[in-house]
Amino acid sequence: MKQFQFVRPATQQAAIAVIGKPGTKIIAGGTNLVDLMKRGVTAPDKLVDINHLPLNTIAPTKTGLHIGALALNSVVSENKTVLEKQPLLSMALKAGASPQLRNMATVGGNMMQRTRCTYFYDTTMPCNKREPGSGCGAMEGYNRMHAIFGASEKCIAVHPSDMCVALAALDATVIVSGKKGERRIPFTEFHRLPGDHPEWDNHLAEGELITGVDIPDNNFAKNSYYLKVRDRQSYAFALVSVAAALEIDNGTIRKASLAMGGVAHKPWRLTEAEKSLIGKPVSEETFKQAAEIAMQGAKAYGNNAFKLKLAPASITEALKHAAGLV
Amino acid sequence: MESKNSSNEPGNEEHLLESTRRGFLKQSTLLAAIALTPAPVVEAAQSGLDEKIAELYEKVPLNMEVNGVRHQLSVEPRATLLDILREQLDLTGTTKRCDPGQCGACTVHVDGMRVNSCLTLGVIVHGKKITTIEGLAKGDQLHPMQEAFIKHDGFQCGYCTPGQIMSAVACIREGHANSETEIREYMSGNICRCGAYPNIVNAIQEVKEGGQQV
Repeated sequence: MKQFQFVRPATQQAAIAVIGKPGTKIIAGGTNLVDLMKRGVTAPDKLVDINHLPLNTIAPTKTGLHIGALALNSVVSENKTVLEKQPLLSMALKAGASPQLRNMATVGGNMMQRTRCTYFYDTTMPCNKREPGSGCGAMEGYNRMHAIFGASEKCIAVHPSDMCVALAALDATVIVSGKKGERRIPFTEFHRLPGDHPEWDNHLAEGELITGVDIPDNNFAKNSYYLKVRDRQSYAFALVSVAAALEIDNGTIRKASLAMGGVAHKPWRLTEAEKSLIGKPVSEETFKQAAEIAMQGAKAYGNNAFKLKLAPASITEALKHAAGLV
Repeated sequence: MESKNSSNEPGNEEHLLESTRRGFLKQSTLLAAIALTPAPVVEAAQSGLDEKIAELYEKVPLNMEVNGVRHQLSVEPRATLLDILREQLDLTGTTKRCDPGQCGACTVHVDGMRVNSCLTLGVIVHGKKITTIEGLAKGDQLHPMQEAFIKHDGFQCGYCTPGQIMSAVACIREGHANSETEIREYMSGNICRCGAYPNIVNAIQEVKEGGQQV
């Protein structure tokens, strides 16, 4: 690992003053960053340790729930208020990584993790995300883990997070702080699609620090489910995952929220499929139709063609679980 | 930094002859490292200037408590907790297997929580309490989980075992050892290439059901 300068600013303001310069990176849990540094995928000149900043609150607000950027994934997943108000988030967190990694990983860090595309990790291979302009190794390569939605000619990588899929479905807001003050970004607009610039994972501006997320209250708690399909039963990244949340009144769907993981460069919200569910009766048929709508525009790249069948089946299955049909 | 065992220092032939296998390995690693180092650095090292080379790199203070013993160290910011435990404190019970956080062999407890020490920079645990596999037994009396692993053959080659045991203890303390399914899920961060999983689960279940203090 390349040597770097290590700084520990005393306050959030002091941290914001030092971040945002090229070659400077923030470290929280470090579960992804240290890995990337060991492999030479990233080699910062300066690391800014923010672990001691008071950003780990988990507390109800007037309209929802606030979770600080430094709250640990394990702590959030076991938190009483989270379990009661937003069980979908807890389910997604518990589906991610391992108990050890969840004890290290923070909410902000989870959002900032990079893709696990093997071509991004292998510094001997071309990758537009790691080295813009070098090409995409995955496009014609071994791409069974890769995107079926929203990809570009430059990049077909997927965002690896489970937590983010749940937060996208729950209409969370990301709170960021920079030199110009605070900014709030809808969660679904935080991560971006690769387009011509796959090196940019999200819309966080240089010099901005994630301070937390807000999740608005909802009536999804009773009918939420996070389904994760992977190569082994636990401790693996998703081939496809589905966050499903329903509000059901007397067997009729009043509200629906759906997002998928493992299929795009960002958590993939299924807006049209959600709309199709409103006012419909709870049934497998209803869910299959929604899944079909969700798959419009999907495109496979060879090895990941199986996702075109796996994804709609997963959406249907997740909705059945959420509705209590399973 | 704590002073190292002199038998591991280069150029001390008398001690080298008496050195242990571990000492030999460390010696070989040092030689291999020198072989890969640019010529001027090697030259400086041969002239006994190692200390001055070390000073070229900025080191930062690291205070931590490991198995009840306080340490005041000076470390490179890039050094992982795993490497510091093994290389600076000679606590080689914590094993390095995959190194990028995929196998769990390096699991230790930081302030009571299990983490992968290979992905933990030493500087991040400044001021914290670390427990490693060496810190579980009380003198000659093994920890109940260590006893159970022996009784149930919870290992074959033994490479993953320190991490498995640290994780197993945490699994019970966290309250995640209530069924075989739950144990398997909450032990999924520890990979055993020999496939001792059924025996590991049995060991954990016995300790959990025995209600012993872990």
